[in-house]
Amino acid sequence: MGLQVTEAVEWMKRINEKIHINKEYLTSLDQPIGDGDHGINMARGFQEVSNKITMENYENVAELLKDVAMTLMSKVGGASGPLFGTAFLKMSLVAKGSDTINHDNITRMLEEAVNGVKQRGKAVEGEKTLIDVWSPMVEYFKRVDRFKAGEIAGEAKKAMENTKDIMATKGRAAYFKEKSIGHIDPGAATSFYMFEALSEVIKAGEK
Amino acid sequence: MSYVGIVLISHSNKVAEGIKDIIRQVIKEVPIEIAGGTDENDIGTSIDKIQLAIDRANDGNGVLLFYDIGSAKMNAEVALEMTGIDNIKIIEAPLLEGAYVAAVESGMGKDIENVYSALMKEFG
Repeated sequence: MGLQVTEAVEWMKRINEKIHINKEYLTSLDQPIGDGDHGINMARGFQEVSNKITMENYENVAELLKDVAMTLMSKVGGASGPLFGTAFLKMSLVAKGSDTINHDNITRMLEEAVNGVKQRGKAVEGEKTLIDVWSPMVEYFKRVDRFKAGEIAGEAKKAMENTKDIMATKGRAAYFKEKSIGHIDPGAATSFYMFEALSEVIKAGEK
Repeated sequence: MSYVGIVLISHSNKVAEGIKDIIRQVIKEVPIEIAGGTDENDIGTSIDKIQLAIDRANDGNGVLLFYDIGSAKMNAEVALEMTGIDNIKIIEAPLLEGAYVAAVESGMGKDIENVYSALMKEFG
């Protein structure tokens, strides 16, 4: 099982759907510890992504992911734009030259994505950011040797829920210091939807 | 005569405009461009706006970027990487006070290195 352009387009569309369905929820996560615009910003960004990729005919996954990255960077507005944009841009660079995204290259793609986000946001693990989902997911993909659709979403969910107990030291939530404890990080929640969407696409491909 | 340019990056277009007004009361010649708000003029920052402001502010002597909170710095970094102009610096200083000092120094005809070291002396 591997992802080709059709599956990658489907992945993005599913992310868009999930973010739209959970727009209010994401915004409600961002209200107590941020500026309350995460859901709105991400929904706008992924709607633009969905519009853009529907119009284009991509020859490979790398080209598609690059467009996703550029669209998120210019359309999201908040810090999530350059951060998620960087993640997809790094994934696109690793995917270059591959027709199919399999377990091995997605592991490398995610690893580069995390490195890129860390560099861009000058953050590390344990600061209550999206890194706290992406980094455990890299570790997870390294532990297993093939796609296991049933596990991916669960692993991401666990990582997302773990952000609840972390005190934020990066991003807007860091202004709230210990008051940030007890809330799931909105960027981590969005990241969970991204991995949940990925696991659904992989599952659909296994049938 | 040409000067080191200044770009004001804020989450709010009004904030960026207001700061420009304050500086313009004193410094008339130095290029000051604003990148405030998102593309839709909501609260946020826009890489496209920042890039455009950098291009406009640059008359060959380089550009100094000043920013406020959150995504502003990250978007400034992305815009900076995309422009391909060498002579740009993101300045770690309060948006208003920093840009004011930079405008005064640039208005004296100093080059970017000298304006930068004046800023670091004040805010570094």
